[in-house]
Amino acid sequence: MTAPKIKKHLRLLIFSAVGMFGFGFALVPLYDVFCDITGLNGKDYSRESSVPMTTVDESRTVKVEFVTYLNKQLPWQFKPEINSIELHPGERYQVSFMAVNQSDQDTFGRAVPSISPGYGAQYLVKTECFCFQEQMLAANEEATMPLIFYIDPNIPADISTLTLAYTLFKNEPNADLAMNQKK
Amino acid sequence: MSDIKIKDNAEQMINSTSDLHHADPHQGAEHHGAPKGYKRWLFSTNHKDIGSLYLWFSLTMFFIGGAMAMIIRAELFQPGLQLVEPNFFNQMTTSHGLIMVFGAVMPAFVGLANWMLPLMIGAPDMALPRMNNWSFWILPFAFSLLLLSLFTEGGGPNFGWTFYPPLSTKYSPDSTAMFVFSVHLMGISSIMGAINVIVTILNMRAPGMTMMKMPMFVWTWLITAFLLIAVMPVLAGAVTMILTDKYFGTSFFDAAGGGDPVLFQHIFWFFGHPEVYIMILPSFGIISAIIPTFARKQLFGYHSMVYATASIAILSFTVWAHHMFTVGLPLAAELFFMYCTMLISVPTGVKIFNWVSTLWRGSITFEVPMLFSLAFIVLFTIGGFSGLMLAITPADFQYHDTYFVVAHFHYVLVTGAVFSIMAAAYYWLPKWTGYMFNERLGKWHFWCSLISVNILFFPMHFLGLAGMPRRIPDYALQFADINKIVSIGGFMFGLSQLLFVAVVIMAVRGGQKAPAKPWEGAEGLEWTVPSPAPYHTFDTPPEVK
Ligand code: HEM
Ligand SMILES: [Cu+2]
Repeated sequence: MTAPKIKKHLRLLIFSAVGMFGFGFALVPLYDVFCDITGLNGKDYSRESSVPMTTVDESRTVKVEFVTYLNKQLPWQFKPEINSIELHPGERYQVSFMAVNQSDQDTFGRAVPSISPGYGAQYLVKTECFCFQEQMLAANEEATMPLIFYIDPNIPADISTLTLAYTLFKNEPNADLAMNQKK
Repeated sequence: MSDIKIKDNAEQMINSTSDLHHADPHQGAEHHGAPKGYKRWLFSTNHKDIGSLYLWFSLTMFFIGGAMAMIIRAELFQPGLQLVEPNFFNQMTTSHGLIMVFGAVMPAFVGLANWMLPLMIGAPDMALPRMNNWSFWILPFAFSLLLLSLFTEGGGPNFGWTFYPPLSTKYSPDSTAMFVFSVHLMGISSIMGAINVIVTILNMRAPGMTMMKMPMFVWTWLITAFLLIAVMPVLAGAVTMILTDKYFGTSFFDAAGGGDPVLFQHIFWFFGHPEVYIMILPSFGIISAIIPTFARKQLFGYHSMVYATASIAILSFTVWAHHMFTVGLPLAAELFFMYCTMLISVPTGVKIFNWVSTLWRGSITFEVPMLFSLAFIVLFTIGGFSGLMLAITPADFQYHDTYFVVAHFHYVLVTGAVFSIMAAAYYWLPKWTGYMFNERLGKWHFWCSLISVNILFFPMHFLGLAGMPRRIPDYALQFADINKIVSIGGFMFGLSQLLFVAVVIMAVRGGQKAPAKPWEGAEGLEWTVPSPAPYHTFDTPPEVK
């Protein structure tokens, strides 16, 4: 009945609808932040920390397994130099991964890590990793890609093995833009 | 509620409303009764015409979606693949779901809202009549687009109504853009409808109609409309992301590009669970109108009904991951969503309790709307119970993606939402058409529907418990007998609905004249205007004391 009030409500409601449309998209970064803070989802969110670990827990060891998968579209070979290693929590370790581009073209690859069990993901702390950046291999080029990590001594006692799996995907050179927000 | 006393003077109402020639400076030319021909419908801004359009549209979609269900049940009549290609089968399950949810159930509720809200709150029309016209006329385009996509090369959507990527991105047909655009249109239509409902209810109530005197149907629709505005835009966002992932190289849900397919499920069900309440809250309003009428008692616990509805709406935002128990959520999340889901059944239980208490010691008669409402209470409760079973996380690991889930949501949606819509149609048909419907045929419709719907959906529980997966065109031999029974129930239910069409068409055409208040125990402003409700009502607001 009251025209100005109707207009006001109409504006408010349209504004809310548009806001909720934005909220739908805001869920994308929010989801990452949430998983980051809580360490959920088996995603690897380790920061490139340079703070050296001082305490090494000599009383136990944790086995770390390295697994690699190649996406079919990527004409590379990709292998860890060792398949697994036993470490004391807190001990820093460097492992290399060997990659060969078997095609006659320069190709870009991107390694997406996944750690299982998922709730152990936050305890595998990487200080340096080829997976932080996109990798480029020229035609038939070979490269050694380093990963430096340690295991957080707070790791729960029931985790005796962590499996670190890398899946290497083919990347279009500019697709990395979309991913930079990830890491 | 109890203190609404309506100025029950139908005669005076006739004088003030059906006099089409009295001058009203605000309404101008629009006020000369119904225009003739197609223009009446195409350009209509009259809430009753638009309500009728919505209801006819919904009925049409109900039959198109129903025909798809018949194809599904025919294929599943026997094990093995006999009638259709698996890919076509998938298109049928997908379109059936989309059409029933967005084309049949939701537009039926919007149609009922258009017809009844202004009559119930004593308003001359909806607050935004022109937008009302738009929100209806978008729908035929949306659904034509969806149906047309079935005829494109490569076929229509085949990824389930929940369109999980990568099914809907990497592996989806070329017509996916049509699907996305049609969902956009449906969303815009619902949002406009919802805005109209809210603005109408907040601004157009007759003097004396305070919020706590509004009929339950008005309350439930108000809350539903807020839910719609909160979640339909999120659905629009989700389809947009699918669109850009498929066609424009983004990677919202593509792990290869750094995205996450599980994120889609979170976004979708953030919309999806409130959506299921969007499809049931107006039903609660309808049942809360019909039960008191035919029990000849006031609705028991009006206030608790209002609060229960509001709490269901709020809680519905905290349970979405019960659709995702098996994606690998952390334990804390599994527990959180399990307990929240169980919590929701408390206010739902309050409602059931209130309806049963309303029936208690009432002088009950069993007219067709009442029969459907009673069936609603019993069968919806069965759906609620299977929901509770699904809410138990470890149990859901077994039940998820089986026919048990299919049984659950068909009990709440068919014997819940659809039965309530039919109850509403029978209840208000005399007001809409001015004629009583054929009671005998209506009863036939009810009993045939009641029996067949249970033959159709009840055995699905057993199929699901035994492990038959949903959305599969073929199945293992041990499921053959039950599937045969289910299919027979399906065909019977489908045929029974033709009786409904017959009843409606007959009531539109003629019959025994309906009085302003055809149901003895009915209460509310809508019964103070003559039947059929004149083109313009409540130009002078009624007084509610
Ligand atoms: C007591 C109330 C309810 C509870 C506890 C409940 C619980 C659940 C749960 C746990 C699931 C997921 C099952 C799975 O996929 O494994 C589910 C699915 C579903 N529920 Fe309910 N529910 C309730 C009421 C309703 C109502 C009122 C409706 C709609 C009117 C509804 C519609 C659906 C639909 C459509 C699905 C399946 C969605 C899909 O995967 O396609 N539910 N329900
Ligand atoms: Cu749900």
